[in-house]
Amino acid sequence: MRKRQTPSQTVGPYFAYGLTPEQYGYDYKQLVGNDLSAGDVVGERITIRGQVFDGNGDTVRDAVLELWQADSEGRYVHPEDERGSNTGFAGFGRVGTGTSAEHFYEFQTIKPGATGDNQAPHITVILFMRGLLNHVYTRIYFSDEANDADPVLALVDPTRRKTLIAQRTDGPDGVVYHFDIHMQGDLESVFFDV
Amino acid sequence: MTDQGDYTPRDWGSHPPNLSPAYKSTTLRAPGKPLVVLPQSLSERTGPVYGQNYVGPLDNDLTKNAAKTGEPNGERIIVAGQVADEAGRPIPHILLEVWQPNAAGRYQHADDQHDAPLDPNFLGAGRCVTDGDGRYRFITIKPGAYPWPNHYNAWRPNHIHFSLFGPSILTRLVTQMYFPGDPLLELDPIFNGVPEASRQLLVSKLSMELSEPEWALGYEFNIVLRGRTATPMEDGA
Repeated sequence: MRKRQTPSQTVGPYFAYGLTPEQYGYDYKQLVGNDLSAGDVVGERITIRGQVFDGNGDTVRDAVLELWQADSEGRYVHPEDERGSNTGFAGFGRVGTGTSAEHFYEFQTIKPGATGDNQAPHITVILFMRGLLNHVYTRIYFSDEANDADPVLALVDPTRRKTLIAQRTDGPDGVVYHFDIHMQGDLESVFFDV
Repeated sequence: MTDQGDYTPRDWGSHPPNLSPAYKSTTLRAPGKPLVVLPQSLSERTGPVYGQNYVGPLDNDLTKNAAKTGEPNGERIIVAGQVADEAGRPIPHILLEVWQPNAAGRYQHADDQHDAPLDPNFLGAGRCVTDGDGRYRFITIKPGAYPWPNHYNAWRPNHIHFSLFGPSILTRLVTQMYFPGDPLLELDPIFNGVPEASRQLLVSKLSMELSEPEWALGYEFNIVLRGRTATPMEDGA
């Protein structure tokens, strides 16, 4: 007999010392943080930065975001990707929105390569917060890539595709992609059932 | 690539609906538009792999991993169980992260202003990795109930937060484990957001087999993650 999936519950407001302890100043080693590009990782260094907004348009100060991405050659560090990956690149990061004044999140990473299947370069985002009973999945695409032929974006209402595309700026901080997430409203981000 | 098929869908008959108005914070945070169905690709069938090398020697003992001057206050308990997929296949070597309030119902967190004492010997965070048979075990203090602002005189039942990875980002799960016989469960809008037929899956069971005489009671909490649609080939079979 098949077992039923254990139900999801909200991450709640107090995840900081369990999931992101060093970021929030706890004396407990964290599994992973927001810097995916440390060390000898190969690829173009980029920053991804943004905010999460609730249905009132207020910034969410107690969200936690996770990134999962391929390396600069489009390969995942995982047994199911038999192509192997760049040495030293883990492809996973995690950050909370509660430690910057305006509740920005920020990741330092490298720009992923295209993974195959005609998909444009992208990063998966997993988002958790108080008041969200099931984590949601979304994707970050890049404004300076050729996204028109991407089969996933093709599934999305054309008026909503822009919610998945991070906007590039080149400035004194290097390459920064801005990517906000809106939970509700006219600008609501596309979330995937996958 | 070894084709084990897609991961099974999220079972929306078992998970709570995102909009659960009795839990008031969902009204501004649940997605308002339908989710867009995404076929699974390599981007979804992969995920971070965190094994035993990411876990320190005291990470699975919350009574010791933040102790400064002695033992934390409260009732010492053992929490253990097995992680499996929907077909009952154990999921070995995956990371679990846990966090909880102390015995007085207080989180060591700046946002928690509940007038209950912090415990200098207890942080309330831990990690462990499942063994080859999908089993995990950690030692902690039974968490206390605490008030929250959802409605007048609202109290959360005793619970421990769990975060699991599993073999891909699709098996990611964050949930809460509750305790048997807790009268606050029937009053809790977060627990009751789960469809009734699946609520008991979140309630641990007292286990005298896991208990250690003269030392600690044991609670069993088994966890089921999404599985694959095809049966994997046995190694060497």
